[in-house]
Amino acid sequence: MEILGVPILNAVTYFPLIGFLIILLIPKKKETLIKIVANVTAFIGFLISLPLIINWYKPEVIKGMKDGMRYVIDVPWIRTIGARYQFGIDGISLLLVLLTTLLGFIAILSSWSAIKTRVKEYYIYMLLLQTGMLGVFMATDLFLFYVFWEVMLVPMYFLIGVWGGPRKLYAAIKFFLYTLAGSVLMLLAILALYFKYISIFGWDHRTFSLFKFLHAGLDPQFQFWAFLAFFVGFAIKVPMFPFHTWLPDAHVEAPTAGSVILAGVLLKMGTYGFVRFSLPLFPDAMIKFTPLLMTLCVIGIIYGALVAMMQTDMKKLVAYSSVSHLGMTMLGVFALTQIGLQGGVVQMINHGISTGALFLIVGIVYERRHTRLIKEYGGLSHSMPVYATIFLIMTLSSIGLPGLNGFIGEFMILQGTFARTDLRVYAILAASGVILGAAYMLWLYQRVMFGKLDKEENKKMKDLNLREVFTFVPLIIMAVWIGIYPSFWLKYLKNPVKRITDIYQKKLAENKINVGHKYKVDYKGMKKIINNKMSEE
Amino acid sequence: MAEYLWLIPTLPFIGFLINGLGGLIYKKVSKKTLNRYFVSIVACGLVFISLLLSTVAFVQLANMPNEHKYIEQKCFNWVTAGDVTTTGYYDKVPSKTTQFKIEWNYFFDPLSAVMALVVCGVGFLIHVFAIGYMWDDTGFYRFFSYLNLFMFAMLTLVLGNNFIMMFLGWEGVGFCSYALIGYYFHKKSASDAGKKAFIVNRVGDYGFSVGVFLLFMTFGTFNFKELGEIIGKLPAETHFGILSAVGLLLFIGATGKSAQIPLYVWLPDAMEGPTPVSALIHAATMVTAGVYMITRASFLYTRSYLSLEIVGFFGVMTALYAAIMGFFQRDIKKVLAYSTISQLGYMFTALGVAAFSAGIMHLMTHAFFKALLFLGAGSIIVAMHHEQDMQNMGNLRKYMPITFWTMMAAYLAICGIPPFSGFFSKDEILWQAFARGHKLFYVIGLIAAIFTAFYMTRLMILTFFGKERIDPHKKEHLKESPAVMTIPLIILGILATIGGFLGLPAWLGENRFEKWLEPVFEHNYNNPVFKMGHYTHSFEMMMAGVSVLAALLGFFVAYYLYGKKGIVPDDEKNWGRLWKVIYNKFYMDELYDALFVNRAKDLGNAFSAFDQAVIDGGVNGTAATTRGTAKVSSWFDKYVVDGLVNLQAWIVQTSSGILRKIQTGVIHNYALAVLLGIVILSCLYIFR
Repeated sequence: MEILGVPILNAVTYFPLIGFLIILLIPKKKETLIKIVANVTAFIGFLISLPLIINWYKPEVIKGMKDGMRYVIDVPWIRTIGARYQFGIDGISLLLVLLTTLLGFIAILSSWSAIKTRVKEYYIYMLLLQTGMLGVFMATDLFLFYVFWEVMLVPMYFLIGVWGGPRKLYAAIKFFLYTLAGSVLMLLAILALYFKYISIFGWDHRTFSLFKFLHAGLDPQFQFWAFLAFFVGFAIKVPMFPFHTWLPDAHVEAPTAGSVILAGVLLKMGTYGFVRFSLPLFPDAMIKFTPLLMTLCVIGIIYGALVAMMQTDMKKLVAYSSVSHLGMTMLGVFALTQIGLQGGVVQMINHGISTGALFLIVGIVYERRHTRLIKEYGGLSHSMPVYATIFLIMTLSSIGLPGLNGFIGEFMILQGTFARTDLRVYAILAASGVILGAAYMLWLYQRVMFGKLDKEENKKMKDLNLREVFTFVPLIIMAVWIGIYPSFWLKYLKNPVKRITDIYQKKLAENKINVGHKYKVDYKGMKKIINNKMSEE
Repeated sequence: MAEYLWLIPTLPFIGFLINGLGGLIYKKVSKKTLNRYFVSIVACGLVFISLLLSTVAFVQLANMPNEHKYIEQKCFNWVTAGDVTTTGYYDKVPSKTTQFKIEWNYFFDPLSAVMALVVCGVGFLIHVFAIGYMWDDTGFYRFFSYLNLFMFAMLTLVLGNNFIMMFLGWEGVGFCSYALIGYYFHKKSASDAGKKAFIVNRVGDYGFSVGVFLLFMTFGTFNFKELGEIIGKLPAETHFGILSAVGLLLFIGATGKSAQIPLYVWLPDAMEGPTPVSALIHAATMVTAGVYMITRASFLYTRSYLSLEIVGFFGVMTALYAAIMGFFQRDIKKVLAYSTISQLGYMFTALGVAAFSAGIMHLMTHAFFKALLFLGAGSIIVAMHHEQDMQNMGNLRKYMPITFWTMMAAYLAICGIPPFSGFFSKDEILWQAFARGHKLFYVIGLIAAIFTAFYMTRLMILTFFGKERIDPHKKEHLKESPAVMTIPLIILGILATIGGFLGLPAWLGENRFEKWLEPVFEHNYNNPVFKMGHYTHSFEMMMAGVSVLAALLGFFVAYYLYGKKGIVPDDEKNWGRLWKVIYNKFYMDELYDALFVNRAKDLGNAFSAFDQAVIDGGVNGTAATTRGTAKVSSWFDKYVVDGLVNLQAWIVQTSSGILRKIQTGVIHNYALAVLLGIVILSCLYIFR
């Protein structure tokens, strides 16, 4: 598949850079023109990602599949070290790529009136960020992956550090160093993999390709350490408890669009990293770590929810809710069952949609009132009915009301975790997060939207304008679509997920871990079953 | 065959979209609210069509032979995902690998038929009543859109053919209840009550969903029919097993939705909502969802003696407990709310003794008379300009005859006076409990019946009889409600009066209601524990007499206390501490706050502090350590490393400073030095 002679994955990834170059040439003063160029670029960027899904089942695309990846680009890059320029996507990446292009566009659209200083630089960073993120979801060469992983860090750092709130520098540096600490360990692990592979197959076969590593047959001891190093890198990004404290600060200080991208896409890089690399590469270590990981997820779910409940800052509340939701997502991923993993990936998308929307929602009142403190609001339903409706829909989506997207993800995750008899207790504990989720979100909604409109400043607040409504429309459509007809999206996940769980099916059986074949509970009472006495009569 | 089935829930949903979304856009564009006539016609009209379609389906069902009373309509596959391996049920049902699939399908069987007709029928009447009740409200369109959304969710709940569809409706009605309780959202008490309802229900739903997980992982399907066929072949569990676990977990869900002990606390607060909402959602339909669910899963419950026993026990205890709480309430709606909880308790008692059709029968008659009581209360409240305190009423029968007479019918029905509907259904429950050997349930139920008659008589006396205690300002406008409100009252009054004849007790004739529901219970296991004893018709008749006597006893006590003197006695003074405890609902809300709500908040604060102090402390500590190390090393750099470098420089500098002095640039100085050197060298040479 090509667009104007450019392989489609390249086109999707690098298209934002065209806008970036054009904006570079525009004089600083022409802010409107810059905004228009950025918005158009992001919109076209979204449009050209659509052929990915439209052509997904075309015969020539299926024929071009390699290692389960479609639209593959594979050319030598740095020959001396064996790094290749290797792009390719499967169903999991496909959904995340589409989420990225959509949210990227929405984030840029939402910044129209929010950003007033250094407009040119702002849009330049936004577009650069877009390319970095897309590259992460497409790279299948670990060296290339690492490059993109680090590339997107820089624009995000500036977005927080320049356009952020009062404590922006603290937050930006915290974000940067936290992530960097993780990625350094990840780099070490990548190098370890690289040299391990060379030690097995020789220098001539030096490579960073994921698919080569998959067949290297790594010994459990090596897997243990490599998994741990990758874990720190990804867990910080997710973020999983106890690596989460950069998130509230980064979210609170970041500009609205930054928060949207941060929550919607950047966090997904961590979860995606687990699914794409840790799970297939280190199955033995993964099985060994499962109880620990599950515990961390459950703590994250309940802890995040409880902390969210007591926040006084709207953005911080949503940020902590992310910790809770991502705990849920990771629970599904680490359950290593088909349903759990599918649910986990769906929940990544859901979280991008509903939390992204919630940050936009907070951003809208922030832009009008310049405060995020919950107690400054109240009774907004009176003056902003459209806003109230959209806020309500997204609240419901976030707390998992059936018929909207959140339910599908949560239900599949919990069912998928419950499917493993040894993990049932985690599923039961995790499900309690659903109660707390309703508590903090509804309480937030009540305090902001309900009650009397008693503050003078709030009375003057304008309802959403057309542009603002338009930023929410795609998100609402997606929330309903995934809620009512998730089968459409789930079918793209079926094969890639199966490829991963198939590895585990065997491993788990070898480790005598029950995936549901036999019920182990010894039940003596069954012997005393009384037979149907009525039939005797 | 029945391709219209999906329309029954979907039509109200379309109404929701037209009134809700349309109303919002219209308001935005034209700055006006949607025309009230338009809203009413859309909302009521679509519900009426649903009612007609349900009737058509009912007729179609009635014409089918008993073995095939089942209509299904497949819509689409809601969720299709990967494979799951079930555990199987001990050695009775083998483990299997199956695709995880949730269907969006509707079905219609005798039980769904009863529920759909009750929901649509009573729902339609309440919609019509609400036109009158809400006419002056600015959020008219918003109210009706939520009401229609509720109808959609409730009908999905009763027509969905699997547990997840049921759950969709289950949570959907919960949300509508939240939105409608908090309808007057400017009032903090209203939005608090809505939130409480949702969260308490979520606690129940937690149990429900874990139960469904377990059920699916054991049998590999969510579908009622398939589950019925699989579980239908199993023997009953005598000890705690999977089915008991599922039964109890599902029952937790039922206690939430149907306001049973211990999760009943939200329902009294829910009376903050507009009265038609209380009638529709918190009396007639939504709160009965738990009863419907357990009846639907009767194939499962009959196989677990333990869970049935627990259902019955909680039911009968709730019936008694809630009736006691109804004693001294002053708010007319609060009395009715406790009465609803109590009556739901009766229904669960029926389920607990495996008398499912008696439970559903009571559900139906209760829907009639309780909806009527609430609407009557609503009629009074509107006439009294939103006065709900019964202390300020009295002698209203003079002003509102239609409301009075229809409420009288409902009053007689709930007290169980023959031939009103409640007599047949409640007596049937008590009788079944007795005949199936649950004498304790019977006795408690009978006491609760006395209490019911007591608080209901008190309510009637305080509102319709005795001295007028009405605020003179309000009295001027006091008149009977308009026809749009009284006609639904009259229709419900008729139903509350004659509805009981659908299910006559054995000593009077054939129980057609039970016969109609029979196909639903084909998979039920007749647990020997619940076998009916052999009693004669005359004995059964005598027991019915006992029930009537119980009602009369309650009536006379209430009449003695409240009716005779014509004035309202001061309950607080007469009953002292007892009054205080009962009036404050045994301090259950305070207890729950102390045990759960505040502890959760404390925990949240503690974790928040932990986050800042420990985790971020660690992070910032690392940063501080790094900075400290950097300071030390920069000091080291500055003074030690650089010190050494500078020392060298200093030495060079100093020494060169000294040496520099030698270099004067004057030739004879140098010549002198050379001479001096020669002298010294010569001396050395000579004196060696």
